[in-house]
Amino acid sequence: MSEAFIHLADVRKVFKSRKEEFLAVSEVTFDVQAGELVSLVGPSGCGKTTILKILAGIHSYEGGTVRIGSKESPFDPSKDIGIVFQQPLLLKWRKVLKNVLLPAEILGLPHKESLERAHYLLEMVGLQGFEDKYPHELSGGMQQRTAIARALIHDPKLVLMDEPFGALDALTREKMNLELLRIWRESQKTILFVTHGIQEAVFLGTRVIVLTSSPARMADNISIDLPYPRTLDMKTHEEFGKYTRHLYKHLGMEVGNSDKSGEKSAIK
Amino acid sequence: MNDISKQVRRYGWIILIHLGVVIIWYLWVSISKVPDYVMPSPIATILSLGEDYGWIHNTYVTAVEVFGGYFLAVVAGVSMALIFNWFQLMEKMFMPLVVSLNMIPKVALGPLFIVWLSYGIGPNMLISFSICFLPILLTMERGLREADPDLLDLVRTLRASRWQIFTKIQLPGSLPYLFSGMKVAVILAVAGAIVGEFIASSEGLGYLMMQVQVTMDTAAMFMAVLLITAIGVVLYGIVLLLEYFFLGYGPNEI
Ligand SMILES: Nc1ncnc2c1ncn2[C@@H]1O[C@H](COP(=O)(O)OP(=O)(O)OP(=O)(O)O)[C@@H](O)[C@H]1O
Ligand SMILES: [Mg+2]
Repeated sequence: MSEAFIHLADVRKVFKSRKEEFLAVSEVTFDVQAGELVSLVGPSGCGKTTILKILAGIHSYEGGTVRIGSKESPFDPSKDIGIVFQQPLLLKWRKVLKNVLLPAEILGLPHKESLERAHYLLEMVGLQGFEDKYPHELSGGMQQRTAIARALIHDPKLVLMDEPFGALDALTREKMNLELLRIWRESQKTILFVTHGIQEAVFLGTRVIVLTSSPARMADNISIDLPYPRTLDMKTHEEFGKYTRHLYKHLGMEVGNSDKSGEKSAIK
Repeated sequence: MNDISKQVRRYGWIILIHLGVVIIWYLWVSISKVPDYVMPSPIATILSLGEDYGWIHNTYVTAVEVFGGYFLAVVAGVSMALIFNWFQLMEKMFMPLVVSLNMIPKVALGPLFIVWLSYGIGPNMLISFSICFLPILLTMERGLREADPDLLDLVRTLRASRWQIFTKIQLPGSLPYLFSGMKVAVILAVAGAIVGEFIASSEGLGYLMMQVQVTMDTAAMFMAVLLITAIGVVLYGIVLLLEYFFLGYGPNEI
């Protein structure tokens, strides 16, 4: 097997405040191959965003190793990373097109090519015709799609997505999932996708990594062997259900009203 | 409804309401028979422009004080906010001082300025400056700090230079704050100049008011107040135009 694109081993993160130390991430270990779309799930506040920020080089870490890039796919942390946060974080004084161009401007990429690429990306995320709108004239989903286009403008090898669809309604969310899969397959990028949704994680991922609640530890790391392109009706397939049941169990939620779950709540 | 008729309606209302106030003023004065030296009618007020009070010169002097003090305050307030933002140490050292200085009722400094600098356009400009400088500094300083930390992290992963972060994110993000400070400062700038003229001066609308007070020419005093207000309105209008020019992109509620 070739060298992994992302390699994390025993990563620890401690947040120090004036009075106390808080262990946010403990012994997190996983590899991501180039071109994979890996979902990262875990309870709220468990440390998912923290892990993404460590990968992006925003946070330091206290122990372990983090390596991104391989011989086949070298990695320049300033140019090869695209981030989509939980909120769109658009500049409200810039029109959509200029927002998408921001990373290209910062990196000093040639303007003409970037402009072409911006138009292409906006079309890809379904925002053609909205280039000259200001963010406040867009819906939440459209703002988030603008943020996705912005994350891709400099053609990064790695895209980190932190619950990008968290604020969307279920229907829009499913549509965005399909679009994301299409974008991923067209662009051959490596994507790390943080989500709360088990269904979403299984539907999108080549693999799902499950983290425990705070501090984040590895709970599971399973390969999702469902074929691509994935379609919404796969969610009703037996195979899909097996994966989601398995993950729900791992997150401490029994599925169905079996005796076991009854016992648990009785004990509580 | 189209844009033009909307605008016409809007400005129509503004003019109507102002006219209404003048009419009520006129009616009240003529019906209630208050003596002229207490409450002059609008007509008497306008007629006072005919008196030889050097209206043009005095208005010009006050306008220079207000605009000059205001302009200095914007330049100094914005520059100081930038320095504080760029050199955190400076901010740590001097911000507490600025906050204490802000608590001084600046009007009370007027007599001191006059003692130090004698009287004239310069000292009055300085009083005007000192009174409206702090709100501009404080709002601008706040605006520069306002950038979303996640957004800053995002551009830092792209190795954005400090200058890029400043020009592309901090500065445009701070403008709504700056303009809210600048709007507050307009009224303060006018008040500062007039207070200076009240304390000691030989020209300006504030000086004129003190002169005609002696002769109980209330109509001229009214006229002076109207002209002072007009100076403020013009300055405010300029600020609104600038705001529209820079922040025309959308809603800027602060
Ligand atoms: N800058 C920080 N300083 C101190 N503690 C922090 C900081 N950032 C995060 N934490 C703590 O680390 C833990 C993990 O936070 P993180 O944001 O990674 O959670 P998350 O898994 O992304 O949660 P959510 O799904 O709700 O977004 C939380 O308990 C949080 O309080
Ligand atoms: Mg998070």
